[in-house]
Amino acid sequence: MDPVVSIRPLLAVAVAGLAALAVLLLNRHEKLRDVVSPLAATAMFAIVVSMAPTVLAGGTVELHLFEILPGIDFAFRVDALGMVFATVSSLLWIVAAIYSIGYMRHLKEHAQTRFFACFATSLAAAVGGAFAANLFTLVIFYEVLSLVTYPLVYHHEDKEGWTGSRKYLVYLMGASKSVLLAALALTYHLAGSLDFVAGGLLAGVNASASLLTVVYFCYLFGFAKAAVMPMHAWLPAAMVAPTPVSALLHAVAVVKMGVFCVLRVVFHIFGAGLVEGLGLGITTAYLVSFTILMASIYALTRDDLKARLAYSTVSQLSYIVLGAVLLSPVAMVGGIIHIAAHAFSKITLFFCAGSIYCASGKRNISDMAGIGRRLPWTMGAFFVGSLSMIGVPPTAGFVSKWYLALGSVEAGEIAFLIVLLASSVLNAAYFLPVSYLAFFGTEAQESPATVREIPMMTIPLVATAVLSVLMGIFPEYFLALAEGVVR
Amino acid sequence: MGFPLLSLIIFTPAAGAAVLMFLRSDEAARWTALGVTMLDLALCVAMLASFDTDTHQMQFTESRPWVPALGITYALGVDGISALFVFLTALLGWVCVLASWVAIERSVKEFMVSLLVMQALMLGVFCALDLFMFYVFWEAMLIPMYLIIGVWGGNGRVYAAIKFFLYTLAGSLLFLIGVIVLYLQGGKTFDILALTAQDLPFPVQSFLFFAFLVAFAVKVPMVPVHTWLPDAHVQAPTAGSIILAGVLLKMGAYGFLRFSLPMLPEASVHYSTLMLALSALAIVYGGLLALAQDDLKKLVAYSSISHMGFVTLGIFALNFRGLEGAILQMFNHGVTTGALFLFVGLIYERTHTRSIADYGGLMKVAPVYTVFLALFTLSSMALPGTNSFVGELLVLSGGFAANLAVGAAAVFGALLGAAYLLGMYRNVALGPASVGARFKIRDVNGREMTAILPLALFVLWVGLYPKPFLNIIDASVKHLLAQVHSKGSGQ
Repeated sequence: MDPVVSIRPLLAVAVAGLAALAVLLLNRHEKLRDVVSPLAATAMFAIVVSMAPTVLAGGTVELHLFEILPGIDFAFRVDALGMVFATVSSLLWIVAAIYSIGYMRHLKEHAQTRFFACFATSLAAAVGGAFAANLFTLVIFYEVLSLVTYPLVYHHEDKEGWTGSRKYLVYLMGASKSVLLAALALTYHLAGSLDFVAGGLLAGVNASASLLTVVYFCYLFGFAKAAVMPMHAWLPAAMVAPTPVSALLHAVAVVKMGVFCVLRVVFHIFGAGLVEGLGLGITTAYLVSFTILMASIYALTRDDLKARLAYSTVSQLSYIVLGAVLLSPVAMVGGIIHIAAHAFSKITLFFCAGSIYCASGKRNISDMAGIGRRLPWTMGAFFVGSLSMIGVPPTAGFVSKWYLALGSVEAGEIAFLIVLLASSVLNAAYFLPVSYLAFFGTEAQESPATVREIPMMTIPLVATAVLSVLMGIFPEYFLALAEGVVR
Repeated sequence: MGFPLLSLIIFTPAAGAAVLMFLRSDEAARWTALGVTMLDLALCVAMLASFDTDTHQMQFTESRPWVPALGITYALGVDGISALFVFLTALLGWVCVLASWVAIERSVKEFMVSLLVMQALMLGVFCALDLFMFYVFWEAMLIPMYLIIGVWGGNGRVYAAIKFFLYTLAGSLLFLIGVIVLYLQGGKTFDILALTAQDLPFPVQSFLFFAFLVAFAVKVPMVPVHTWLPDAHVQAPTAGSIILAGVLLKMGAYGFLRFSLPMLPEASVHYSTLMLALSALAIVYGGLLALAQDDLKKLVAYSSISHMGFVTLGIFALNFRGLEGAILQMFNHGVTTGALFLFVGLIYERTHTRSIADYGGLMKVAPVYTVFLALFTLSSMALPGTNSFVGELLVLSGGFAANLAVGAAAVFGALLGAAYLLGMYRNVALGPASVGARFKIRDVNGREMTAILPLALFVLWVGLYPKPFLNIIDASVKHLLAQVHSKGSGQ
């Protein structure tokens, strides 16, 4: 099928970019400014979805802008993998945009204009990355995402904000200006291009196995946003950001950008054949299994709800990478749809954390005894999100874990089946007590009547909880896209 | 011989300097200097616009006998290697006038005259096709630069000016010996193109290579002959720093490209590993020094040593990507580091301190300033999407092809760059401290924006669409590479 040439990929990025500009211009008109983000998000989602039929039919939408260097273009190509990432990001932006307004207004946060402008730009970068046709374009958007999320992390401008954001930037920029830079330069040197090629750009390149192995690991750790240990420490540090940022960016856009890049490298720079030939698949699988289990154990020990969620994210991201590197088609499908499954559920959990904080000022799980009776919708959604994280049917998490488990059997690697099961047990161990405490615990002291649901936050979080279940029941869209990638 | 465009480009600032001497008021001197540099810039744009990107031949050539008995001619021309630097010199010359508008308070006229004379001489260096002329321009540059630092500089200006003068002069003496040897060995001509066509025996090449190396290494500067640079930068007025970092440092690298590589190909190939190692040393050592600085100007100065290390690394990788990247990076470094010195100057005019520890929270009081500072800081650390990343990727790609270990060292230098630049930006623009409470700082005004915007344009233009710039370079680089490898591989 010939690629469809269309301006729509650029348009999707531009909508968010222009939204950021509009937010800045409407600095003094608060009401008007706040309308911009949900509108832009809806427009972006519409543009993204308008390309879905082409992609689902096995085609691509392309837009070639200009040549940067011989073999390197600034270009967009919408394929199935990019579509998964873009659909999830743009859909959840609509919900998060509404939630953010509720959150920011309720807490009377300062610098709201900066917040919404950076937020919109982050989405432009995420979708730009999703649609990038080559590694060069992808890396440009990747770095823009690091930069514009930085002010969101130091948002509170207090001591924790400055230290947390410093760690954030040190990890992300440090990784990309060292190992990632080396990987890019070596790839360009070896292949003379940075294009994504079905079957792998480096597949036919004449280079020693040791050099290729080095390049591979430079990518794996260079894309620090994927948070494969030991490159994960920035993610808990980023939790000093306002909760909508933690929800959409540090559970969806930013971290998924990281794993998305890793998947691009595995599928389209190295190619499954080369990864297998170099024996890197299983090595990486063990590496990320360690991350899966270690991060879950960290999560168990955290009493701060957002910190627990952050470590849970570190763990869940590695599921996605695990799916890819098991190199069996079923596992790959599992990894890819886990991008969506984890996004819907984890954003719900973060939304709940923010809702609890806004309503009651509580952050620590141990203080949340009995809060479910005050915030039934919030804690109900939290329970649904937890079930999806654990992988209980009929939630989204069940579908992806099912495919991952099946995939590890298909790959003949029973060890990873055990990792998946052990991790599910750990998930249950650190999520279920929260719900139990919230609904059945006794409040230390009667909380004031002011602790009640805030509609502008509750509606979005219920919506994402419903999405988590809907995706569990109707996974066809994401399954079809994932199968399109694997084909 | 067509229209003498290059002569016009060189003599416009010289003539402007002559006119300036008769002016009385400071204001008139400023506006005349601005007009002259603008005219010169326009001429350079015209030159680039009609530049033929398909040939490696010298273009806009002029040739008139000067001292026929000694084989000296008045010969000018530009090719893909020099064209961008002619333009860069004119661009930064114009920026320098704007940067000195209020910063220079005494002897304004004399300062502007020095600036214009300096500009004429630098343009002469890049255009000269006669070795004798080249040498005259090269040496004469020392005088206005010495004055700019020594008269209008900071408190330690005399020490810095003399140090600068002595280092460069010492290098130049060896260069002079080299020139004489070349003249005698190369058939008693000063014609650079004829000398390039000569096939010199290897021992002579070796001798000349090291004679030139000393001269060029001082200018670049390469470690260990870099110590004049931070002193000169710290004491120089803003315009002096911009010229120094933006153009003068390029002269050394240009010397390698114009003389060492094409005239001494066997020696260049033979000693390339040594040069790569020296480049890696400069990249890492310069980066470490920059990391340790509290003085803004010193930080940018040391970062230049590191960045110029990337340039020499690209040159002596002796492959297409390396050379192409090196030349592009020379241009990028001129734009970006020129801009960074401009920014240091702008803030120094307001607070009279360059210590990073005195700043913090600048974003709150001067948002426009800090946003543009962010752009140039990111450009300097070669963030993807900015000009330096394209150059850096090419240089590293070429560097890895030449030597994996050197490439890895350079990557470490890039990491150091991110560390000191982002650290600097955070401590100046962000952070809990509030510089606004201690100093009354106004944001940039229209005149300052006029100087900033063109530089910002090139950061993004080269970063996202470098093709027009690479097109100018390419044909000449291919030719240069052919010269090096056809002769050099015989070794």
